Amino acid sequence: MGTLAEKILAAHCGREKVRPGEFLNASVDLVLANDITAPLAIREFQRLGVSRVFDAAKVVLVPDHFCPNKDISSAEQAKLVREFARQQGVVYFEVGRMGIEHVILPEQGFVMPGEVIVGADSHTCTHGALGAFATGMGSTDIAVAMATGEIWMKVPPTIKFIYHGKLGEWVGGKDLILYTIGDIGVDGALYSVMEFCGEAIEALPMEGRFTMANMAIEAGAKAGICDVDYKAEEYLRGTVAKGKISGRSRSYSVYRSDEDAEYAGVIEYDVSKIEPQVAFPHLPSNVRPVSQAGDVELDQVLIGSCTNGRLGDLRLAAEILKGRQVNSNLRCIVIPGSQQVYLDALKEGLIETFIGAGIAVSTPTCGPCLGGHMGVLAAGERCLSTTNRNFVGRMGSPDAEVYLANPAVAAASAVLGRIGSPEEIAG
Amino acid sequence: MKLKGKIHKFGANVNTDVIIPARYLNVSEPGELAKHCMEDIDAEFTAKVEPGDIIVATANFGCGSSREHAPLAIKACGVSCVIAQSFARIFFRNAVNIGLPLMECDEAAEENEDGDLVEVDLSTGEINNVSRQKVFKANPYPAFMMEIINAGGLIEYTSGRLSGR
Ligand code: SF4
Repeated sequence: MGTLAEKILAAHCGREKVRPGEFLNASVDLVLANDITAPLAIREFQRLGVSRVFDAAKVVLVPDHFCPNKDISSAEQAKLVREFARQQGVVYFEVGRMGIEHVILPEQGFVMPGEVIVGADSHTCTHGALGAFATGMGSTDIAVAMATGEIWMKVPPTIKFIYHGKLGEWVGGKDLILYTIGDIGVDGALYSVMEFCGEAIEALPMEGRFTMANMAIEAGAKAGICDVDYKAEEYLRGTVAKGKISGRSRSYSVYRSDEDAEYAGVIEYDVSKIEPQVAFPHLPSNVRPVSQAGDVELDQVLIGSCTNGRLGDLRLAAEILKGRQVNSNLRCIVIPGSQQVYLDALKEGLIETFIGAGIAVSTPTCGPCLGGHMGVLAAGERCLSTTNRNFVGRMGSPDAEVYLANPAVAAASAVLGRIGSPEEIAG
Repeated sequence: MKLKGKIHKFGANVNTDVIIPARYLNVSEPGELAKHCMEDIDAEFTAKVEPGDIIVATANFGCGSSREHAPLAIKACGVSCVIAQSFARIFFRNAVNIGLPLMECDEAAEENEDGDLVEVDLSTGEINNVSRQKVFKANPYPAFMMEIINAGGLIEYTSGRLSGR
């Protein structure tokens, strides 16, 4: 009868059933904005003439893009967000407790299955990995959601992606999603929900699922979504203790697509044939298997972001970097996605491995991912990055090149000085 | 409402990073953003664009980040309308919400060229290329979105709903 996404939306607008193409007003369980998008949202919120947000425990502001403040203008923006957060009493992560919004939200127990989550950030779709309907919007939409607790939506069609087979070594969520985007294109799932399933998805750790849902937007999708299985349940149990700071209900509803749900398409892949993927400039769809990358020398390697800045990602990189040195022709930067990730990595000795390998380790921030700070590229430079976008000018100069890959490929490439496979050094 | 201006033509997948690069996002005033609109894809754009001008592009215009700064920058540099084969969904919402008209039309996106003079009638969806004496028809907005547009944007629409409650 309905897909997972349709069932969540129906439950949030008081209907039995919704169909693709219908317009509805959905109630929202969480509203998110960051230091770039919140200032605009706050301005529009004030224009609405509403004095309080609909529910302070359900509004989260995270200063992660240009924070710790990179210059005076960004400090002014961050200040505006901080003052609004204090005045409204909403959830706010100050520098020092802060991390990349899409890393800390699930980690700190703000994301529950079956919820509708909207954020003024396109990668809000990350949270679909926990069986929520999560989607990015602009600042004006978020202003309205903050004020009313509701948002208009057009019910999207769902495309089902089934991943069969066993994952090869060094192949993870990043590779599956890059491969998929390479196959369907950057508008291959425009306006749709990408539902990820199959035995390879079940085999992925939560990190890999977050990575996949995170990059659904890179195929034009409105949301990416996964089923809640025992791994997700286990992850959720782990967040419940931390979740007390969120002051929200810990109960949740798990929905599943019906057997007879209607899909706009069903696309199947055999993952056993997929090797680590690299997206070449300047589109995430411009992918090649790493074995066919050719000889691409690099100036910088970045490991981090809301795509691949979680503990499992850093572990993979450290596995390859342990006892090795970063190539002297490049610099490598590691940015843990949150303070928690940073601390865990420290306790496990990963940070020591990175510093020992000659890597700069930064406090959590989006930083270089969007060409903000902490690793911006000069003209003519090439960077291999575990982030999600390689558009012209994304990480700095419009004459720089960005290549996207998984953390293991990034670590191996940092050692090799050129794009290369983990197999070349770690066997 | 009728709009008239000359065309600035772009290709597919014009993303929000080139519409307004993140390095300029430490401010949010539309006038400031407009100074850097399209800078990384066409450095001359802000010098060439005149009030009323129209951007024409092919598929997936506005893909990438959710930054509302992108349609704001386009609107603030005087562009009256964007015509494309398709739009990325967040950009589409943002443009509707802030009152930047968009039109989806395959033929118009393909057959109109840089510098052509066009007239656009938002109420009928007609795109009249004066230079080539050719008329194209765009998909109309769904009724629900027309309500937001007619109200003057999402804030005005929502204010109306809130006061009516
Ligand atoms: S890490 Fe990059 S993609 Fe993720 S929220 Fe930050 S800027 Fe956006």
